[in-house]
Amino acid sequence: MSKNLNVVGKPFRKVDARAKCVGQTRFADDIVLPRMLFCKILRSHLPHAIIKNIDASKALALPGVFAVVTGKDMPISYGILPVSQDEHALCIDKVRFIGDPVAAVAAIDEDVAFDAMNLIEVEYEPLNTISSIEEAVLIEEPRIHEYGDVGNVHKKVSLEFGDVEEGFAEADLVREDTFFYEGNTHLPMEQHAAVAHFDSDKKITLWSSTQTPHYVHRALAKVLEMRASHIRVIATPNGGGFGGKSDPFNHEVIVCKLAMITGRPVKVTLTREEVFYCHRGRHPVLMKLKTGVTKDGAVTGMHLQTFLDGGAYGSYGVASTFYTGALQTVTYNVPRYKFQGLRAFTNKPPCGPKRGHGTPQPRFGLEVQLDKIAEQLKIDPVDIRRNHLVPPNTVTANYLRIGSMGLGACIDKVVKGSDWKNKFSGWDSTNRKQPFGKGIGIACSSYLCGAGLPIYWNNMPQSGVQLRLDRQGGVCVMCGSTDIGQGSDSILAYIVAEILGIDPFDIRVVTADTDLTPVDLGSVTLMTGNAAIQAAERAREFLVMAVAEKLGVPIENLSLAERRVFDVENPEVGVSFAEAVVLAESKFGTIGTVGSYSPPASPGKFKGSGVGPSPAYSYSASVVEVDVDPDTGIVVVDRVWIAHDIGKSINPMLVMGQVEGSVYMGLGEALMEEMTYRANRNVVHKFPSLLEYKSPTTMEMCDIKTYLIEDPDPNGPYGAKEVGQGPLLPIMPAIANAVYDAVGVRIDEVPITPEKVLKALREKSRGRDGRFGPGDVPKPDWPEPLRVMTPAEGGDGREMPRVAVHS
Amino acid sequence: MKQKSHITFTLNGEQTEVAFAPHKTLLEVLREDLNLTGTKHGCELGECGTCAVLVNGKSILSCLMLGLEAEGHEIKTIEGMAVGAELHPLQQTFADTGAAQCGYCSPGFLLVAEELLTKNPKPTRPEIQEALSGNLCRCTGYIKIYEAVELAAAQMRGEEYELPRESVYGLE
Repeated sequence: MSKNLNVVGKPFRKVDARAKCVGQTRFADDIVLPRMLFCKILRSHLPHAIIKNIDASKALALPGVFAVVTGKDMPISYGILPVSQDEHALCIDKVRFIGDPVAAVAAIDEDVAFDAMNLIEVEYEPLNTISSIEEAVLIEEPRIHEYGDVGNVHKKVSLEFGDVEEGFAEADLVREDTFFYEGNTHLPMEQHAAVAHFDSDKKITLWSSTQTPHYVHRALAKVLEMRASHIRVIATPNGGGFGGKSDPFNHEVIVCKLAMITGRPVKVTLTREEVFYCHRGRHPVLMKLKTGVTKDGAVTGMHLQTFLDGGAYGSYGVASTFYTGALQTVTYNVPRYKFQGLRAFTNKPPCGPKRGHGTPQPRFGLEVQLDKIAEQLKIDPVDIRRNHLVPPNTVTANYLRIGSMGLGACIDKVVKGSDWKNKFSGWDSTNRKQPFGKGIGIACSSYLCGAGLPIYWNNMPQSGVQLRLDRQGGVCVMCGSTDIGQGSDSILAYIVAEILGIDPFDIRVVTADTDLTPVDLGSVTLMTGNAAIQAAERAREFLVMAVAEKLGVPIENLSLAERRVFDVENPEVGVSFAEAVVLAESKFGTIGTVGSYSPPASPGKFKGSGVGPSPAYSYSASVVEVDVDPDTGIVVVDRVWIAHDIGKSINPMLVMGQVEGSVYMGLGEALMEEMTYRANRNVVHKFPSLLEYKSPTTMEMCDIKTYLIEDPDPNGPYGAKEVGQGPLLPIMPAIANAVYDAVGVRIDEVPITPEKVLKALREKSRGRDGRFGPGDVPKPDWPEPLRVMTPAEGGDGREMPRVAVHS
Repeated sequence: MKQKSHITFTLNGEQTEVAFAPHKTLLEVLREDLNLTGTKHGCELGECGTCAVLVNGKSILSCLMLGLEAEGHEIKTIEGMAVGAELHPLQQTFADTGAAQCGYCSPGFLLVAEELLTKNPKPTRPEIQEALSGNLCRCTGYIKIYEAVELAAAQMRGEEYELPRESVYGLE
């Protein structure tokens, strides 16, 4: 790809940007169909209870009500992961959290539906609740689910790569720290909505604000017991996703069922409060991290324990659990690594994937602990990171293949840009370079460019693109990817336009429609981009063969640019793009091509190796400057310097937008966002509203200085890697480290609220440890770890046979 | 069933009559009775700014105003911001700079920004932040929105102005 690029790397506007600025974009709730009914869902007001009886007779008697459904109408379970098919569209015999759906109404309008919903009488028998990780580990009965590892423990994982004790024995310093990362939610501005239409051929069409139309399609076929070919799922443009619209949701199944019963279209739009209870957001994670290092800060061994509060259902939780252990090894060299993870069921809204899925929590622990280690060893926190980077083109102890690795360049940029050397205290509180209260901190991170393996086991590609060229010169690209605002539709247009030499705005982009578009599960830039390249290169082949024959010019002399196909040696010799399509269609018949992408096989072959591998890893480094008021505990982030190793920007302006949006979301997670519940076994959400669930407004947003590092990765389209998720990760630990630099207290927990800072300052003033954070972690019976020899030890990526030590 | 109320007002420059159940908010009337779905809802409790429209040139949250209160007033929604086929400079710059990511909050931001630029053709960055502080955006981190407002403001003043290179490509 050495030729000059005309589209890739240029700051084009998004192909759908203008429609979004004039109010023409049709989100799910904007869809109105003739004779459409409205659905309201009755949800449990109890966190854990047996359903004794449901009486809908009064609701059904209300004029304007067309149908009421309950759990027995949809008895088949579903769930995003094959191992956690634990949800029902409506609860059948038991409710598991406040907000669990119990019955649903279809009525002539929303008001009647609401009134009818309130007439449904449900008789419950309350059960004791499990409200925390600690309770879930200790209390086996009542069980929230009848499956899982034991009692209320959903999943336990135990993996060891090399002998971690040997690593600790070699270390000059071994540190153990505990951290807690509070759960938070995606908070998309658009509430989830869905419209179902059941047609005269008894086929279902569902429009929904979903990020994963293919998985919704599968769940609907299963629960509705219909042929998948009779179900069409169209993902409408998502008004924000961040992972929160990635599960198949009960409301999506319910409106389909109600449409089938009533024969009329049915719409549901969740209220903001319901969106909070839908959740599937960041898991609260309690962590214990034990790390051994040599005097110069090189890690000799690392042992991570994570405890995830999963909420009431499985969702992506098993994958999330593995993710908390997967990426600790991809930034700094970790020769031996042990990971134990536990996911608990609790009577709270289910947690799932949010931007960075399962990795920001342990990254927070790792980066804050590194800071503490650096202080003990009197090493600059920049150096302890910069000097021990994972080399490019290597395989980590836990068998993740690293390709390009631009973290060193990222660190250099933010350190220089922030004037770190003249601001950091140098671990000397008596000789500060900045006044007390002003602090600076650094942290780094890495993220996947798409998961290496799909959610359900199959040998099919992760990404698929179809391309159709018509004789009028039109090009239509079809792909199952969903645009949630990140610009995935535009990426398709840019790449196809680049290869076919046309303008991206010439292209019609059709996405996320299970009837029209090939399945696409991938990370959008890397996987979908590669599929688009393949489809476009194949179309280009048809065009140049036909044009070469017509013009009598060798194929290799032909170039596609400026809507023309021409001889590079005599640019005036050529045909228009539309003429080229006519020539190709005349010669070959209708021109349509396909492209697909499957990630390379992972070197890891052990059980559990499916989570973590990726075709490439992006890297980020961030320096944060804070102002901490010791009287109020309020932390103000003044400025963030962030460098992101993007590989290659397909569109730098969109990359900048993703970096800035990630920093923003990280700022919210670090300082204020939290999904918290009232205690006393009540577990009702404290503040399911946009006013009280604090998120940054323009007044809290900081200044951002962004650097993009372009170190093309051989697996990326034009060398591109991901940007939507990775740049969020360093923000939280960089802020925590900066707070320590500013006022000398360690907040080992996010969000870093004024209360926590004040408490730590007060402790410190009394001569105690100036720290706010969790105490010890639970001590469950961990399974014997699955042992894998590391690549350095000559391992082959397979687990070692389990040997009985004493027979 | 329900008794409908009837009002007359100016909507995007056109004299408009509409009948609706009297308890409906202006947001509901616009979306459900006038099919102007460009106005979005994020909370329907006055917390997020997503449903902002201009009433006599002043931004208000349409989820907190009854439809009945619109009688006799001039209401402007996102659908009325462009002049014919020509986008308003703010719409152009929001699209061109990536200020609209998912686009769900964009109509509210655009109308509030229009109000700002009408009152203050040359706002400073803090003045823009202040003016937009009632609108939540989860995608952009607000930075591209500020830049779009600054760019549109300069264009509307007839000045040559380009975004700094670092806004588009990052710092060197």
